[in-house]
Amino acid sequence: MSHAIHCRDLKKTYPGKPPVEAVRGIELAVEVGECFGLLGPNGAGKTTTMEILEGILDATSGQVEVLGYHWGRDDDAIRQRVGISLQETQLADKLTVRETITLFRSFYREGIEPDEVIARVGLEEKTHSHVVKLSGGQKQRLAVACGIVGDPQLLFLDEPTTGLDPQSRRQLWDIIRAYGAGGRTVLLTTHYMDEAERLCDRVAVIDKGQIIALGSPAELIARLGGEHIVDFTLAADSPPLVDGELARLPSVKSVHRDGDGWSLSVAQPHVALPAVLNFLQSSGREMALLTTRHATLEDVFVALTGRHLQEEAANGKP
Amino acid sequence: MASRSYWPLGQLIAARIKEFYREPMAIFWVYGFPLLMALALGLAFRASPIEEITIDIVGSGDVEGVAAKFRADQRFKIVTTKQEEWVKRLQSGKTDLVIEVTGTGARTIAFHDQPHRAESQKAVWAADNVLFRDASQPRLSVTHLDKEGSRYIDFFLPGLMGLNLMGGGLWGVGFVLVDMRVRKLLKRFLATPMRRSDFLLAVMISRLIFTVGDVVVLLIFGYFVFGVRCQGNYLELAAAVLLGSAAFAGIGLLVACRAQTIETISGLMNLVMLPMWVCSGVFFSAERFPDWMQPVVNALPLTALNQLLRGIMLDGNSLAALLPQVVILLLWASVSFAIALKFFRWR
Repeated sequence: MSHAIHCRDLKKTYPGKPPVEAVRGIELAVEVGECFGLLGPNGAGKTTTMEILEGILDATSGQVEVLGYHWGRDDDAIRQRVGISLQETQLADKLTVRETITLFRSFYREGIEPDEVIARVGLEEKTHSHVVKLSGGQKQRLAVACGIVGDPQLLFLDEPTTGLDPQSRRQLWDIIRAYGAGGRTVLLTTHYMDEAERLCDRVAVIDKGQIIALGSPAELIARLGGEHIVDFTLAADSPPLVDGELARLPSVKSVHRDGDGWSLSVAQPHVALPAVLNFLQSSGREMALLTTRHATLEDVFVALTGRHLQEEAANGKP
Repeated sequence: MASRSYWPLGQLIAARIKEFYREPMAIFWVYGFPLLMALALGLAFRASPIEEITIDIVGSGDVEGVAAKFRADQRFKIVTTKQEEWVKRLQSGKTDLVIEVTGTGARTIAFHDQPHRAESQKAVWAADNVLFRDASQPRLSVTHLDKEGSRYIDFFLPGLMGLNLMGGGLWGVGFVLVDMRVRKLLKRFLATPMRRSDFLLAVMISRLIFTVGDVVVLLIFGYFVFGVRCQGNYLELAAAVLLGSAAFAGIGLLVACRAQTIETISGLMNLVMLPMWVCSGVFFSAERFPDWMQPVVNALPLTALNQLLRGIMLDGNSLAALLPQVVILLLWASVSFAIALKFFRWR
C-alpha cells in the first residue's frame, strides 16, 4: 500500500432538474504520511469528495481505495483506521468534553485514552465543562479530538478552521501538525489559502467539481511565473490602462485587473518596479497606492479561474 | 499503548441518560407535568359525598314558602335573584334550575331548565321530587356503591400513565433522533465503527429506563395523595407498562425515520398523538364514541394500553384475560420497528 487514498474518475451527480454534478471526475493519489489539502471555493465539490472518501456518501461512479481497502467490502476495517471531523457537527450540548471523547473512544477497538486526547488538543481546563459552554475554537478542537481518539492512520478534516478567530486557527494548525508529525496522513479541505500553504505538503485546487491544479504550494506558486505580486491603483484623474501595455514590461509575467486595482505577477521586483513607474510617469499617469508581496495560492486561484476564493465563499452555496 | 476496553452500548446508554437528566425542561414535562395534571383533575373531580344542586327561586308569589321546602335538604343551594338576572345565570351554568313562583300552590310553580346540561336535568328531577312527592309514600331503599377504584382519579390515573408512555416514546425517541439528525450527529456517528444496532438499542433502553421512573412517580403520587391502589398484580402491571413503552418507542422511531427538520417531526408527532389524546379514553371512557368508531378506536395503541392498565389496576385482571390488548400492542411495537429500521435515514 503506497497510497493512503487513491481514487479514479470519481463522479457524484445529485438527481434533480437539472441534475447537479457536484464532482466531475476527480483523480487523487494521497501518499502515506503527507498532509494533503483540497483547496477551493464553497460549492466546488470539496465536501462531497470528502464524504465519498469517508464512506458517508456513495459515488455515482469511479473507484475509491482508502488505506488499501474498499468501501462496501471492508467498511469496518476502514472506519477503525480513519478519523473524521465533519464540517458542522453539533455534538451533544449537555455532555462534558471528557464524556463526549470517551463515548467516541468506545466505538474503536484500539485508541488513545480520553485524558491523553484532551491534553493533545489543549482542553485540559475544559475536561468537565458541558459542550454547550465551549467557544467556537474549543468546540472545533473537541471535534478534532473525537476524530483522533481512535488513533487513526488517516484523518479527514472538513474545513477545520472556518469561522474561527486567528488564535484558534493557529492552535488547530499546531494540533494538526503534531498529529501529522507521527507519519500519519491528513486530508483536509479549506477555502483559506494561508491554511493550505502552512499545513499542506501538497494541494489540489478544486473548482466546479474538478481538479484544476495539483502540486506543493511552492510549485503551484512557481507556476505563476513570478513569485512576487505588485499591486497598485491609479489616481482618479489618470487616463485608463489597457492590459497589453503592462504585460510588455520587463519581468512582468501576467496581469490581472481587479476593479480599480491592478495585480502584476513578476519574477524580479527590482527589475519590474522601475519599469512600471517609468511607464506610468512617461504616459502621464499617477499612482495612488503601491504594494509588493509574495504570491500566494490565492493568486494561483485567481490566475487559473479569474475569480477569488473568498468572493465565492461570501456568496455561498444556494 | 495498552488500551482499556470500552463497552459502546453502555457508553451510549449512559450518554442518553446524562443528557436527559441535565435538561430541566425535559424533567418537568416528563415528571412534573403529569403530576400537576393528576393533582388538578383529581381535585376537580374529587368524590363529594353530598352533591350540590344550585336552584334559583324567583317571582312575585310565595318564594319563601317554596324555598323553605328545599332548605331542609342539604343537597340544595338556594338563591333568590332578581327577575332579569336568572336567564343569564341559567345560560352560563351558574345555576342548575330556576323555579318561578307566581302565586301560592302547586299550579303557580314553573321550572326553567337547560335541556343539554346533565346537572340541570338532575336538578329538575330532584326538585320535582322535593316539591311534589307524596310524603306518605315509602322511600325506596338505596345502597350506595362505595368501593375503591370507582372514583374519577382511579379511572384517570391509568389513563395518565398511558398518556405519559405515549408522550415519552414519541418525544424520547422520535424527537431526540430527529434532533440528532438535524445536528448531523447521526452522520458523525455513522462515520465511526459504531454499530448502528447499538445506537438504536441504546435509545430504546434509555427510554425504558426513563419510563420506569416516570410510572413509579405517578403510582407513588396516586397512592399517597389520592389512595389509588392497584387491584391486580404489580408484576403484570410492570409488564403492561413495558409493553406500552415498547409500542410507543417503535412508533417514535417510525415517525422519526425520515424526518429531516424539527418542524416536520413536531407536526408528525402532533398528528399521531392528538387523535389518541381525544379518542383513547384518557379523560373519559372510549366507549362513549359511537359503535361504528369502536373498531378504529380500539385498535389505537393508546386505547389498548389504557384498557390494559385499567384492567389490571381497577379490575384486578391478569394479562391473560386482556390478551386482545396485549396482541394489539405487540403488533404496533413489532410492525413499527420493522418498518422504521428498513427506512431509517442516518444522514
